[in-house]
Amino acid sequence: MALDPSFVGRWFPVAGTYQVAHEKIREFADAIGDDDEIYRDPGVARALGYSDVIAPPTFAIILAFRAQQALLCDPDLSLDYRRIVHGNQSFMHHRPIRAGDELVAMLHVDGVRTMGGNDMLTVRCEITDGAGDPVTTARSVLVVRHSDEECDR
Amino acid sequence: MTRRRRGEVSEGDDLPSLQVRVTRADLVRYAGASGDFNPIHWNERAAREVGLPDVIAHGMLTMALASRLVTTWAGDPGAVVGHSVRFTRPVVVADNADGALVEISGKVVRRVDEGTVVVAITARCGGQSVLGQATVTVALA
Repeated sequence: MALDPSFVGRWFPVAGTYQVAHEKIREFADAIGDDDEIYRDPGVARALGYSDVIAPPTFAIILAFRAQQALLCDPDLSLDYRRIVHGNQSFMHHRPIRAGDELVAMLHVDGVRTMGGNDMLTVRCEITDGAGDPVTTARSVLVVRHSDEECDR
Repeated sequence: MTRRRRGEVSEGDDLPSLQVRVTRADLVRYAGASGDFNPIHWNERAAREVGLPDVIAHGMLTMALASRLVTTWAGDPGAVVGHSVRFTRPVVVADNADGALVEISGKVVRRVDEGTVVVAITARCGGQSVLGQATVTVALA
């Protein structure tokens, strides 16, 4: 079943703020196998000109992913979560995410289209800080696989 | 640690490559850290039910390894101002100690302006490319 095109152009705000914790940054750095001290030691971060430890460049996916969940779980979209494959991802960082940030995420549905029997959903997550200044723009293309053929992407 | 300077970088420069062995335990750890608990990344039955050959790594883990290559080289993760990839093939992670070996390399391909360069990333697993159009934009000191 094709995705409902009426979702295109809609904003899905994420309730509440995301508090960026030191331990979460450390946990994420551990999970990607990166032992860089800038993710752990505020002194190292300050030496590079940051007020506190900063997060790895793909940390923003945590917020983007949370924002996507609200959409993907919308019963009107009727998606099988297991059939969703990540097609593309991009980040534009207006500034690094750092410990202590209180971030707000808004998800925008940029487009839906069908290609090769699969539905493609393009979403954009705009992440801003407590002052309302832009932090990161994260774009994702999600592919909803409809065939049972072996995945090639 | 300091951010790499513009005078130290030229088009055509190769970045030191990175080889990372990814096991099922790494996928569980990444699931917890990222919040992506899709069972195709840890449950073989769930993966096969949707037509995958076996459990596959999170695409975002492969992307994170690609950015790790660049942040290490750049000397400052805050130097990464843009990062874009296409996930072209799944990284299939067998249920054994070997898991999957992901090999990442990078090359400076373009100077956007005096202080900004684009690094093109190649990521391979089992002799096949797993990322397409993978680039990282770096703001140099």
